[in-house]
Amino acid sequence: MSNLSKYDVIVIGGGHNGLTAAAYLARAGKKVLVLERRYVLGGAAVTEEVFPGFKFSVCSYVVSLLKSNVIRELMLPKFGLEILPLESTFTPLDSNYLFRTSDGDETYKEIYRHSPRDAETYMRFGPLMGQIGMAVRPILETVAPNAIRPSISDLISLKKLLSHVRGLTDQHFEYLCKLMTMSSADFLDEWFDFEPLKATMSASGIIGTFMGPRSPGSAYIMLHHYMGDIDGSFRAWGFQRGGTGELSMSIARSAQHFGADIMTEAAVEKVIIKHGKAEGVALENGNEYQADIVISGLDPKLTFLKLVDEKELPSDLIQDIRNFRIRGSSGKVNLALDGLPNFTSFPGDGPHLRGAISISPDYDHLEKAYDDAKYGNFSKEPYMDIILPSVLDPDMAPPGKHVMSCFVQYAPYNIKGGWNDSKREAFGDAVINTLSRFAPNIKDIILHRQVLTPKDLETTFGLTEGNIFHGELSLQQLFSLRPAVKWADYTTPIRNYYQCGSGTHPGGGVTGSPGEMAAKKILKKWS
Amino acid sequence: MIDTHNPDDFTGNTQLKMSPFFERTSQLNQSQEWRRWGGYLSATQYDLHHDNEYFAIRTKAGLLDISPLYKYRIKGPDAQLFLDRLVTRNIKICKVGQVMYTPWCDEKGKVIDDGTIQRLNEHNFRLTSAEPNLAWLMDNSIGMDLDISDDSLDTAALALQGPNSRHILNSISSKSLDSLKFFRLMETDLQGIHVTISRTGYTGDLGYEIWVNSSHSIELWDLFMKAGKSFGIAPVGLYALDIARIEAALILLDVDYISSRHALIEDRKSSPFELGLDWTVKMNGGNFIGKKALAKEKKSTNNWKLRGIEVKWEPLEKLFKNVGLPPALPHTAWRTSTPLYHNNRQVGYATSGCWSPILKSYIALAHIKTDYAETNSQLDFEIKVEHYRRLTPATVVETPFFNPERKMSCPI
Repeated sequence: MSNLSKYDVIVIGGGHNGLTAAAYLARAGKKVLVLERRYVLGGAAVTEEVFPGFKFSVCSYVVSLLKSNVIRELMLPKFGLEILPLESTFTPLDSNYLFRTSDGDETYKEIYRHSPRDAETYMRFGPLMGQIGMAVRPILETVAPNAIRPSISDLISLKKLLSHVRGLTDQHFEYLCKLMTMSSADFLDEWFDFEPLKATMSASGIIGTFMGPRSPGSAYIMLHHYMGDIDGSFRAWGFQRGGTGELSMSIARSAQHFGADIMTEAAVEKVIIKHGKAEGVALENGNEYQADIVISGLDPKLTFLKLVDEKELPSDLIQDIRNFRIRGSSGKVNLALDGLPNFTSFPGDGPHLRGAISISPDYDHLEKAYDDAKYGNFSKEPYMDIILPSVLDPDMAPPGKHVMSCFVQYAPYNIKGGWNDSKREAFGDAVINTLSRFAPNIKDIILHRQVLTPKDLETTFGLTEGNIFHGELSLQQLFSLRPAVKWADYTTPIRNYYQCGSGTHPGGGVTGSPGEMAAKKILKKWS
Repeated sequence: MIDTHNPDDFTGNTQLKMSPFFERTSQLNQSQEWRRWGGYLSATQYDLHHDNEYFAIRTKAGLLDISPLYKYRIKGPDAQLFLDRLVTRNIKICKVGQVMYTPWCDEKGKVIDDGTIQRLNEHNFRLTSAEPNLAWLMDNSIGMDLDISDDSLDTAALALQGPNSRHILNSISSKSLDSLKFFRLMETDLQGIHVTISRTGYTGDLGYEIWVNSSHSIELWDLFMKAGKSFGIAPVGLYALDIARIEAALILLDVDYISSRHALIEDRKSSPFELGLDWTVKMNGGNFIGKKALAKEKKSTNNWKLRGIEVKWEPLEKLFKNVGLPPALPHTAWRTSTPLYHNNRQVGYATSGCWSPILKSYIALAHIKTDYAETNSQLDFEIKVEHYRRLTPATVVETPFFNPERKMSCPI
């Protein structure tokens, strides 16, 4: 069966980047169709009522990196973007805790309790990372140039970036070099003494990555997490009211406002290619849609190895994409709770439950967790980044009840013997056991639990190997090398076939950036 | 969070008045930051930062102590006639159970104050105001059959504002609030405490104001905090309120306009037309103080308009980028008069502004010369970038800046 209505653009995948690309293209007057495989939009930025009355940001659970120009240009506040502040990080220890808030004085006093020297250093560290983040942002906001065969516009943007980098102070340049090459643990050791502080800060260097805090390269990922800002303040994190899916829905509503059509439960089987040129897509249900341009918001493995036949692509690209590292390292445990967790070191309700809760008492905890994964097991005592969305937004759970989101590392995709139901439950148990070391009441208040392994992330959300960033954010996979050399500018060797997912520059996180930059690249071509 | 002192040892002295809720608000105020409001100590923020309080108003529920408002009771057969003469709104059409927002003027049609009038029954009204008005009320009711009393101390008031406010009230009220419309009021019992609830507020959101005999204050506060817990209730101070009221484009006496009573020069006074309150002036109704002057003003063109402006982002970002900074945004509302230009000529001034966290835009209320006050007019807003004065483009926009459907809608 074929459908005759022809679109200017078809976007494969209703994740937040696909929706962003669609919204920008529709805003420019193009006739756009978004095709989403699942019943719900958002991809990994999705809200689902997993248990009756309990809503979860099933995968991606906090917001900070969403670009402010995307928010403005797509008028997202008008369509439901509401980001609640998430202002603190609580690191429970066995008989003590570390609690950092957005208030400088309070955080100074708190760190001082553990290390007077660190307290003062901390006040210098934040602004420095902010400055470096600001210095790096123009690189993220530039379409990655073709490093092998640069075009004139590539040369111009390269020149701009070079002069920008030359404009950095010596000190900033030194730290930038260190951040690009060091491990987050080594980098932080140069600054701080107090282990729980260092471990918690280093954790942002391992999120979504198959590395430990002592693996070189992890410092860059830490920086990647420093580049977010909310309302002009750097390193601010927030929670979208109604869950991260509402953020995706705000982009979807914007796209629809500008005239885009969005279809759910419309899984794309193949991109239709004639004479090396994309002409439309064929759905799994047999329907076909035609378009001048097809964009894939899926990860590079699916974009190049599944949606098109390998014979359509040059063999070096196929090799690059096969080598593209996309190892999943994390799982997610979502809990429906009868009450609030009671932490031994900080009992009762309090401000520490309104922010992130980090299970990262020391480097060894994180590194050992990584060691388990290195040899094909899930971590027996994993690292966790936890939030309680219902404390910030009571509508996420029935009155008096709560939901808890645990981002868990490590859970390797390639686990010994493969993932199965009993392994999944054992992984869930390891998470609960680790949690109960710090909050012993947790086992008594769990009403339901959802455990997502990297395998589940792949099956349900289409993230190859369960990698939350569509490919690791390691140096050899960034900028002009993401996802492959020559094809980092959102184009592909197939004419009129583009890519806009997190597997393209500047990478993962709920930024909207790949979607925006891909759309702008396409529009430039059109004009 | 670190116990370096015993909270019970923490005492303070003040010459300011303390609201009937002070016993609770003083314990909850983590920042111990207060502002004066009508001679009272009033919390600016309860947390160390007001962000959560602001989002409580916009996404959950915020509880504000509004007891410092001046509250007057006007009772008697001539009460309606008196108020109709006093204020610019048509009080004849104000039904029992209705609330009206209104300014009141001097003989020259210049605004003295603004507030709300609640019609509690046929001959019984409550008037709220920002400043004392008892003498003005007395002086203008000579010879009328009515009784005016200052109710300010006997009546305590709380505002419960935000999308969950109705849920919270319904969970404790003997009568449902589902059919209580915008700017209407009802009497009910909140778990045995008799209260009047008006669907009013100063946030431009779904919200209510609860009027109670002062003797029940603490009981009522505790009831709200308990019932509201699972709905995300938070005590809210004046910082968060100020942002919300600017988003709602609700003006504030002494900030956005000066009472004609204490304006030193004529130019400082404003008519309702100049404050964007045209809709409150009943030119076709009965006589009221200032009507003649306003009728005259209406025939000519007004010199000034109060409008909303939105500071454009990209040029602002560029100005800061030029000095190597991210845009410095005001995280609390400001209240300093800020010039507005058109082709390098000053054509107005903004009186209060803020970064709107929910709209993600920089907004302000401004007095603009009529010729430049049309919607979409392009003006230049003065801003300081690293100590240097710069101009950055701003657009005149429709207000309220933020106007959610829930503000006026009813479930039934």
